[in-house]
Amino acid sequence: MAIDNAELIRMYRTMLTIRRFEERASKEFRGGSVPGLVHSYIGQEAIAVGVCFNLRKDDRMVSNHRGHGHLISKGADIRRMMAEIYGKRTGYCKGKGGSMHIADFSIGILGANGIVAAGLPIATGAALAAHLEGGDRIAAVFFGDGACQEGEFQESLNLASIWKLPIIFVCENNQYGVNTHYQYAIAGGSIPRRARAYNLPVRTVDGNDVVAVYEAAREVVARTRTHVGPYFLEFKTYRWYPHFESDAIPDLRPREEIAAWKKKDPIKRLAKRLLKEGVATARELEAINEEVLGRIDEAVKYAVESPLPRPEDALEDVYSTQGIS
Amino acid sequence: MRTIPYVQAINETLHQAIAGDERVFLIGAGVTTPWYVGGTTVGLLDRFGPERIIDTPVSENAVTGAAIGAALAGMRPILMHSRMDFMFYAMDQIANQAANWYYMFGGQLSVPLTIWAIVNRGGEQAAQHSQSLQAMFTHIPGLKVVMPATPYDAKGLLLASIADDNPVIYIDDRWLYEKTGEVPEEMFTVPLGKGIVRKDGKDVTLVATSYLVTEAIKAAATLEKEGIDVELIDPRSLKPLDEDLLLKSVKKTGRLVIADGGWKTAGIGAELAALAVEKAFKYLKSPVGRVSLPDAPAPASPTLEKRYYPDADSIAASVREILKS
Repeated sequence: MAIDNAELIRMYRTMLTIRRFEERASKEFRGGSVPGLVHSYIGQEAIAVGVCFNLRKDDRMVSNHRGHGHLISKGADIRRMMAEIYGKRTGYCKGKGGSMHIADFSIGILGANGIVAAGLPIATGAALAAHLEGGDRIAAVFFGDGACQEGEFQESLNLASIWKLPIIFVCENNQYGVNTHYQYAIAGGSIPRRARAYNLPVRTVDGNDVVAVYEAAREVVARTRTHVGPYFLEFKTYRWYPHFESDAIPDLRPREEIAAWKKKDPIKRLAKRLLKEGVATARELEAINEEVLGRIDEAVKYAVESPLPRPEDALEDVYSTQGIS
Repeated sequence: MRTIPYVQAINETLHQAIAGDERVFLIGAGVTTPWYVGGTTVGLLDRFGPERIIDTPVSENAVTGAAIGAALAGMRPILMHSRMDFMFYAMDQIANQAANWYYMFGGQLSVPLTIWAIVNRGGEQAAQHSQSLQAMFTHIPGLKVVMPATPYDAKGLLLASIADDNPVIYIDDRWLYEKTGEVPEEMFTVPLGKGIVRKDGKDVTLVATSYLVTEAIKAAATLEKEGIDVELIDPRSLKPLDEDLLLKSVKKTGRLVIADGGWKTAGIGAELAALAVEKAFKYLKSPVGRVSLPDAPAPASPTLEKRYYPDADSIAASVREILKS
């Protein structure tokens, strides 16, 4: 089934929103306006968009430290995201989470985790809840190649498999955990082989081709809703920026490799396709870019003008006082 | 009122809680094998089936994470760890995830999870099957920690823990399972954070937790014959702690002995002693006494165990000691 034109344009706009959001967050971080850590998603936009565009609002998605792209794709408000990155009171987490922990639970974003692989058991639990509820909700969890060496990865795949849970494990294999190549880190060198060992069906897809990601995800999401068990998707991709926005950890990846992957830009690739197939004109794509830039400016303005949390707020929200006995 | 053993109080509570709320389920390695958990889960599997009484592989960390994920997705799981020692495997999910979640996401969503942690020491099982780790969990903001010492509290605190919207570490001790006491048949809660005076007295405040409440009662009876009038306090909850109850008693008696079944260094006794020094210093007439495990791992051989675990005699000795000074 072909993807309709409006959906393709929407995907383009969302990928571009992620790109511009990350470029701006990086610039503001390096300019000193943004505290903490920022892990850029640039280069991987096609994966978040291609997968999340197949999820419903009530499906649960679990994100990670490199999560801005997942959140934007699932429908989070970029103003409140930017405000959180700026440490403002109007941010999604009132300035308590920062860049790594932005989430909007009202649209099915079940947290963004700073501990590598810790989201996998949580998503497995969300899938267990969906399974106990009946119905056709599913869970999806994003993680990188680095997470595949954690015990939580192995345990979660095993649990999801023995309980036949409605969950999709989405591995964004960007090939490096900070500066450590996955071929060094993974015995046998294959992530899919690991997943197959736990009896999960696996597909490896070009993570820089949003149409391929979308089509694979569409099929896998539909399958997962029927409660036949979990599925494992590996997307090959590359992050353009260092592990996080800072020169504290030098980027040791080969320069030629980085340059080669930048030529496989997932956004340019979609743009080319849209132009070639006559879905949009160059002028229309430029108009989308202008619109996106405008929305990013507006988000930054919102963040800058928002109040900082009060110092005493540091001690609030340790416990929920709802339903307290 | 009828009198039942502690083990039956837990069993009855599990039956009632699971029958009374479709969001409640029991999960953990061994829950379907009642002998494994001292008989506390008798009849549950037959009554509720494997969807709500969920046996698990030995995957402590991911199973804990899955319980957290299910709680975030609207369930109210009771997660059983048949020995507290095994929870070290799950510390990422307990300490990094469950405890931080509500705060880190700015109070959006809490983790309504009861982690039922069993102390199963003695019986020559040595260092990895005997630990009482309440102090470790009490240290962590975002967790609540309770230690019921009577059948009544076993029921009331378990129901309160399930009703609470925060992650609660519910610690019981297999040495209490045969202890009998009055327990109402209907469901009721004992509020988290409320201690109780087990015996009024004027000479010395004796705070005891969990199984050591039983030993402290014996010690108080012995001391009474010697003309020493002990006030015995059972805090029931270690976090939140009923500070007012403790301080009121210390201000009355001017003396404090704490008996807790964990290690001495940075333990519960240290915390309560510090509290008395901070907030009731001028009332103290003598040094504070601590009865605890020595700072050594648990041994196996019976003669070593006898030296290792505190009892009524060691509690009475500590009280006599501080009355001398």
